[in-house]
Amino acid sequence: MNTDVLEKNRKETYKEKYGFADKDSFVYRTQRGLSSDIVKEISGLKGEPAWMLDFRLKSLETFYKKPMPAFGGDLSKLNFDDIYYYIKPGERKGRTWDEVPEKVKNTFEKLGIPEAERKFLAGVEAQYDSESVYSSLKGQWEKLGVIFCSTDEALKNHPDILRKYFGTLIPPADNKFSALNSAVWSGGSFIYIPAGVHVDIPLQAYFRINSESAGQFERTLIIAEPGSFVHYVEGCTAPVYAVDALHSAVVEIIIKEGARVRYTTIQNWSDNVYNLVTKRAAAYKDATMEWVDGNIGSKLTMKYPAIYLMDKGAHGEVLSVAYASDGQHQDTGGKAIHYAPHTSSIITSKSISKGTGRASYRGLVKVYKGAKNVKSSVKCDALLLDDTARSDTYPKIEIDEEEVQIGHEATVSKVGEEQLFYLRSRGLSEEQATAMIVSGFIEPIVRELPMEYAVELNRLISMEMEGSVG
Amino acid sequence: MSKLLDIKNLHVEVEGNKILKGLSLSMNRGEIHAIMGPNGSGKSTLANTLMGHPSYIVTEGEIFFNGQNILELAPDERAALGMFLAFQYPHEIPGVTLFNFLRTAVNSIRKKRTGEDIDKDRKKAASSMLQFSKKLTANMKLLGIDDSFSKRYVNEGFSGGEKKRAEVLQLAMLEPELAVLDETDSGLDIDALRIVSDGVNSIIKPGQSILLITHYQRLLDYIKPHFVHVLVDGRLVMSDGPELALKLEEKGYDWVRDQFFTQNLN
Repeated sequence: MNTDVLEKNRKETYKEKYGFADKDSFVYRTQRGLSSDIVKEISGLKGEPAWMLDFRLKSLETFYKKPMPAFGGDLSKLNFDDIYYYIKPGERKGRTWDEVPEKVKNTFEKLGIPEAERKFLAGVEAQYDSESVYSSLKGQWEKLGVIFCSTDEALKNHPDILRKYFGTLIPPADNKFSALNSAVWSGGSFIYIPAGVHVDIPLQAYFRINSESAGQFERTLIIAEPGSFVHYVEGCTAPVYAVDALHSAVVEIIIKEGARVRYTTIQNWSDNVYNLVTKRAAAYKDATMEWVDGNIGSKLTMKYPAIYLMDKGAHGEVLSVAYASDGQHQDTGGKAIHYAPHTSSIITSKSISKGTGRASYRGLVKVYKGAKNVKSSVKCDALLLDDTARSDTYPKIEIDEEEVQIGHEATVSKVGEEQLFYLRSRGLSEEQATAMIVSGFIEPIVRELPMEYAVELNRLISMEMEGSVG
Repeated sequence: MSKLLDIKNLHVEVEGNKILKGLSLSMNRGEIHAIMGPNGSGKSTLANTLMGHPSYIVTEGEIFFNGQNILELAPDERAALGMFLAFQYPHEIPGVTLFNFLRTAVNSIRKKRTGEDIDKDRKKAASSMLQFSKKLTANMKLLGIDDSFSKRYVNEGFSGGEKKRAEVLQLAMLEPELAVLDETDSGLDIDALRIVSDGVNSIIKPGQSILLITHYQRLLDYIKPHFVHVLVDGRLVMSDGPELALKLEEKGYDWVRDQFFTQNLN
């Protein structure tokens, strides 16, 4: 079949399923582009304290000074003047589902959020454009002192905790995009888990860019007090737009002694989105951090979830899967920075690329002098669906200590004719056969996901692969 | 009524090498045929060509299955018509359980045959899942396969015997009209051979047909063919009843070559 037709079909299917866009659902948005006036306007509209405005303005200065990243993908077409930096969807924030505006609700219903919530979730924090419009948290967690709200709300209602940690792990000057986020951030989740509290049902947020050229700059901060546990799940499904959109989030996670945090993301951006995210966690004594990261879609994704292993016994894991379709570049990986002895890390990365898609693994394992008995292993596997697909590996290992165990393993495989023939002889079409090989390839990641996300990830990848062969 | 399988003057090339040079064979429903031949005679080429492997190019001749010319059909379309190939070297599918693999295969073949997409109807999907599970359990019991087997990844870390048993399990689940067994006996010790052969015998139903492709006679001690054909240098040079296999075992393939050439000279 003609590949143009197939590609068109694929896009239309996508549009039908995820590309619906409500007309004019926002009530306020700033002018296009970025200036100190825009930043003041954002802060003013939110009624923020002076220290936050000051933080934003200083971050803006830093943003102007910082160069674009010299690695990763092509950012030359990204025009900062074309983007709306703040869009507010409704006048008032909904406390219950009934109060959420109808249009917004329709969007979430199409995404299956209410049902998902009923079945699986303790709380929903869903971001629609730049403002959280709905959030709920089951009473039992509130009683235990768990805080789960938008970061804007946290600034109003829990200013002391927020200010203590905000921007400490990822300072604005970390990179150009963390500076940008620090200047114009809006929404995102704030989670505080008191000492010893185990939140045993995943907390979930669902993000969605819904306005043409809308930037999405959410800011997430998670604090896990000693001995606590939380699993936070975030998913993104963006509608299709002709104008390039920018998503640039900052996620900071602090895990204190003996605590454990798992952060799961499934991102499915439409193929005009630049997805440039800084994620970092600090794990203290005997603490565990786990990043589970699925990247599908976008024009370019640059994302390397990092773990700082601060004290003895800290353990970190990054599990990531990326799918680079035609015209897409997934530049993803993970970082483990070992500051302390007796710390360990595991980075597992799986990428799939097809057509003109490109998947790069970029990672860093660093062990500082004196961090004896560190164990770290990195495994990256790439699967190419055809002859034109591309995969690269950029593993950086910096070891300043001798008594360490570091492992690195990389494989590249191609969907082979013999394997396809075997599956097809059992009645599977070429598409089904390829999809099955891919689903088997990512199985080690999928089995770590909550059930509905596992289903969603497999479905998204099958959808991406529709018309990929023929 | 047309033949189940009718191969006419089949010529096949692989990477420019002529392997099959005018092979003809007919099979009726319910018959078991054995094709025996020395290494390099074209046995596996025949098996792969029947199932539609893209590297095997048919340059001349025809293959009819139930009266339909299948040469233009893709492997999955042939599977939907009721053809099955048990592989000599089954492939690994990491991360995919045998259970999921079989269920996808069964549903896919059903969909192609009847146009019915079971997954679109929740009730039907649930009841078909139940039926499938029951059938799988029953077949695994019949083949003496442990329950945990279906939860393992397809052929990954399987022993030679396990791989062949997994092929027979697939045969049992897909219930084809024609099963082509490509050197199913290769790499098996005598105990494993007996288990696999007993498996085939226990799951084959009346009306199903088998084309056994083998180098050695020993498989035919367990699965009794109605007809034996000898393949030498891309052609069937001798066909007879089951006693031919024994004669061949005794006299060797050179005897066949001599016979064939003598015939041709006369």
